[in-house]
Amino acid sequence: MLRIDGLSAGYGPVGVLHDLTLEARAAQITCIMGRNGAGKSTLMKCIMGLVPASRGSITLDGVALHSLPAHRVPGHGVAYVPQGRRLFGPLTVAENLQIGLMTRNMGDETRDRVLDLFPRLRERLDQVAATLSGGEQQMLAIGRALCLEPKVLLLDEPTEGLQPSMIALIRDVVLRLKETGVATILVEQRPDAVLQLADRVVFMANGTVADCSERADLSPDAPQFMAYVGV
Amino acid sequence: MGFGPFLLLALMESAVTAATLALTAVGLSLVFGVMRVVNVAHGEFFMLGAVAAWFITNFIGGPPWFAFLMALALAPLAVAAIAALADRLILKRLDYEPEATIVATIGLLYIFQQAALSFYGPQAMPVEPPFNFRIQLPWFGYSAYKLSVILLAALVLIGVWLFLTRSKAGLVMRATQVDRETAQAFGIDTDRVYAAVFALGAGLAAIAAVLIVPIAQAHYLMGHDPLLLAFITVIVGGLGSLRGTVIAAILIGLSDGLIAFFWSPTLAKILATLLVAMVLVFRPQGLFGARTT
Repeated sequence: MLRIDGLSAGYGPVGVLHDLTLEARAAQITCIMGRNGAGKSTLMKCIMGLVPASRGSITLDGVALHSLPAHRVPGHGVAYVPQGRRLFGPLTVAENLQIGLMTRNMGDETRDRVLDLFPRLRERLDQVAATLSGGEQQMLAIGRALCLEPKVLLLDEPTEGLQPSMIALIRDVVLRLKETGVATILVEQRPDAVLQLADRVVFMANGTVADCSERADLSPDAPQFMAYVGV
Repeated sequence: MGFGPFLLLALMESAVTAATLALTAVGLSLVFGVMRVVNVAHGEFFMLGAVAAWFITNFIGGPPWFAFLMALALAPLAVAAIAALADRLILKRLDYEPEATIVATIGLLYIFQQAALSFYGPQAMPVEPPFNFRIQLPWFGYSAYKLSVILLAALVLIGVWLFLTRSKAGLVMRATQVDRETAQAFGIDTDRVYAAVFALGAGLAAIAAVLIVPIAQAHYLMGHDPLLLAFITVIVGGLGSLRGTVIAAILIGLSDGLIAFFWSPTLAKILATLLVAMVLVFRPQGLFGARTT
């Protein structure tokens, strides 16, 4: 589905990703792990076209995403939940969802499906996004992305700083999306969460894939966690 | 005339200044708020609006109301088109880098000024008002056109507010203002948004100029004062805050007009500049701007 081949990218003269190859399949959750600075968030931005690829390719069902301007990428069904949520803070919950719906011309049915997943948002539609609690903000960030009805969902550390009940809710939503055929790429730092969710785990180091393992081959004390994440 | 009627007359004159200042300053504030571009050429878009109005009314001819209406419709469109072109040809190529765009808009200021001098000339020329009658109050008669300027400016500002808060295009502009990168990740072509905002900002300055040009004549150096007052207004109101900009425009426009009326225009500018200094010292985010950490 989403295929990344020999990808190199960075910021100006500073290279961050080097010859990276990766695949995300439909109805699978691919978890990305790695230390700070390994290039995980840059990879997410590169898939979205926000950081240009200097070499290699990113294709989604045969469409070369790497050659599109950033604003044309989500139209092909790639949705992004950035690290730190990056909501449109002064806009209301309804307006944030509207931005997501407008991306691929989705309508009220999609909005209702998202609000069914996160009923708390339905109660807060007219509230300014910046005034939501951390958990509610993360629901909105994910909800806004789901308004695209995505084929590929990129989640960059969605459980960072959240309480356990909220983490469980997000885990359930991600698993439900998997059942609908969405290919999910999840950046996550906690091995327990990864082992609950992942079909495959990609360990990154120095801007490239250092190891790729099926979840069945990993245990909580697998050496990859210590080697590439430090936990 | 007693002091009361004299004060009323001064207030009405000041309200005309406040109305056109609000339009000009909202344009400047929009451009800064969404694009983070300090547009030093904003006053020249005002001047181009006035000069374009003069050309259009003279070219079209016919009854004054018709020529003026055409100028009111076409001059802002022409200025907006020039602004969109300047955005595409210059600001976009600089990647909207703040320092570079300040230098670039200073360059634009001189280009527009010299172009006006070359094609329009050094003389100040009036545009005939669309109608010419006075409303007779118990103490004095007052120009109906000046009152219509206040009304029209208020209508345009309400229109801008409705556009920004109720339309999809306005929502897209506000999202881009908050976070350009995330806006792109949701399919928003931020280059087009920037061009549209720059055009809208310039168009608002041009509307203000068309409204004022039957009262103050069109001249190639007329952009200086509106630029200074618009900057003062935007700083006092809070950078990027449209509500703050409109309130500050009313305060500054009225006080500028009253002080100029009772004392001197120079004193009005000195006091306005002092007000900016006070705001920058005690409330740098402006009266209605959000504090940034």
